[in-house]
Amino acid sequence: MDIFLQLTVSGLSTGMIYALAAAGFVVIYKASDVINFAQGDLLLLGTYLIFFAVAQTGLPWSLGVLVTVLLAVAVALAIERLVLRPLVGEPIISMIMVTIGLSSVLRGAINAIWGPNPRAFESFLPAGDLVIGPAVLSAARVLSIPIALAVLAGLGLFFRYTRDGIAMRAIADDQQAALSMGISIPRVFGVAWGLAAASAAIGGIMLGNIVGVSPNVAAIGLRVFPVVILGGLDSIKGAVVGGAIIGLLEVYVGFYVGHGLNLVVPYLVLIMVLMVRPYGLFGKEIIERV
Amino acid sequence: MSMECGVFHTRYESDMGLRPRPAQRIRLAVLALFVLVFPFVASTYWLDLANQVAIATVGAIGLNILVGYTGQISLGQGAFMAIGAYTAGLLTLNFGVPWGASVFCACILTAVAGTFFGLPSLRLKGLYLAIATLAAQEIVEWAMTHWTTVTGGTEAIVVPAPRLFGLRLNTTFNFYWLAVLTAAGTALFAANLFRSRIGRAFEAVRDQDIAASVIGVDVFRTKLLAFATSSFFVGLAGAMIAFYRNIVTWERFTLNTSIVYLAMIIVGGLGSIRGSFLGAALITLLPALITNLGRAIQDTAPQAASLLPYAQQAVFGIVIILFLIFEPRGLSKLWENVKDYFHVWPFAYRRGESRAN
Repeated sequence: MDIFLQLTVSGLSTGMIYALAAAGFVVIYKASDVINFAQGDLLLLGTYLIFFAVAQTGLPWSLGVLVTVLLAVAVALAIERLVLRPLVGEPIISMIMVTIGLSSVLRGAINAIWGPNPRAFESFLPAGDLVIGPAVLSAARVLSIPIALAVLAGLGLFFRYTRDGIAMRAIADDQQAALSMGISIPRVFGVAWGLAAASAAIGGIMLGNIVGVSPNVAAIGLRVFPVVILGGLDSIKGAVVGGAIIGLLEVYVGFYVGHGLNLVVPYLVLIMVLMVRPYGLFGKEIIERV
Repeated sequence: MSMECGVFHTRYESDMGLRPRPAQRIRLAVLALFVLVFPFVASTYWLDLANQVAIATVGAIGLNILVGYTGQISLGQGAFMAIGAYTAGLLTLNFGVPWGASVFCACILTAVAGTFFGLPSLRLKGLYLAIATLAAQEIVEWAMTHWTTVTGGTEAIVVPAPRLFGLRLNTTFNFYWLAVLTAAGTALFAANLFRSRIGRAFEAVRDQDIAASVIGVDVFRTKLLAFATSSFFVGLAGAMIAFYRNIVTWERFTLNTSIVYLAMIIVGGLGSIRGSFLGAALITLLPALITNLGRAIQDTAPQAASLLPYAQQAVFGIVIILFLIFEPRGLSKLWENVKDYFHVWPFAYRRGESRAN
């Protein structure tokens, strides 16, 4: 039972990091119909920026987090303006390839700046263990769950109540109608990328604390796809639920079944969801018959 | 195929010819001559690169049939190449099948697998299909590394060298002829495919699938056929790699492979045979060029040289992005622009109007 509890906490904390990355993916998809294959690299950028701010520059962690998020947002705004804006309205294959190209550029640049070897900095999430009943849990992992949930809830509230959030929903609903109501689409696209980068940066900061800083972090970018397809491509709530389910599934399968099946099980889920319910658990049901 | 001014056909045969104009024939002859002379003057290093380009051309044409001509996005190229390579390698290694037969079996099996992975295209379009093929890629990758009884897992399998008339075929020089012939044959087949009813149906499905079904194209059947045809050649490319390299390892067939091949057809030009070749050449040669550049500056700037592996990765991405932004129709279109310029040279219309067609 204590093993089960440990697995659950570990799965949920991984799942919440997936959810943070997935939420950014969802925001970009919702606003601009772009499928962002560089989401994992934004996460990677977050881990290296916090390493840069805390370990290399020596800022206190609170300031470091702020600097990390701001820098990540700046990079994302530049990407949106320079790379994505000229391609508005291009076919899906161009959108996919341009973000794949971006991912390659980001990874190359990060490796060139910080080198390929794993780095570490002193974790500022509490490092000790939490003993709940029979189970021993890593405090950082436990703590990461409410942090992620708070950020995701913030994103949800943003969509519901702020002017930009409502504008984003309007654009997702009907771009032309939104334009005719005086909504500035370039601004909304910029905000979407900024938010995606911020949420990925926070995910990256937590990853940096829990597992350290290494180029392998970018592999999580691919885990985003099962998460968003399961949750629904245009739903933040879906990203949270999908992230939790995929995270839990991975650790349970990894422990109880083994054989490396945990690596492939998210994709099996993905295929099944696509076959049965392509719009996912919470996605908007768009009926498009082929 | 665009009409060109100043070209008059007096017979249907010449109108339907693949290369009706003298200039085209001369260019083809020059290319053929170059291909014939190249292996006798080039070093082993460049010959090896040429072989890689030829294999990549076969794979890129295969992928272009699916993505460029039929509009079905696939991120599963690496997986299909893996199926081709492992089938060819294992058949020859374990059952002693002659290499020619096992290459053929590999192509057929890859075509069958491609058709199976194409089944989701019944329901899924565009982005969803791309993600489904991404999942297929991941699943095949997992099978390669974990289904140890068949694939040997992460260990490489060693394939016996192919022989013809007592000649070892996979030396760089001997393989060159095989690879070039295969690439040329593939290009010829694809060029003719898109002049046929089936190829036109592929393009109709890409441009407007509903309209295609209205004019009597069975959309689902056409899509599956596109998946099968495409995977046949992708499997061929995989099998060629198996026999050329003598070993089959999973590292050659990861998601990264899929991305590299997609980059080839984007950079070369979607829906263009010439583009598949140009893209395959550029993307294959790019890392080699950067490595050579690194060697050249090793002494003067060792710092910069150590950054080159990452520069390679970044340049790969930058090339994709620049092409998408500035020339989405790729190298193939650039080449056409050059041709059109010289077509009427030196008596061009006023600048900017020479392309009014």
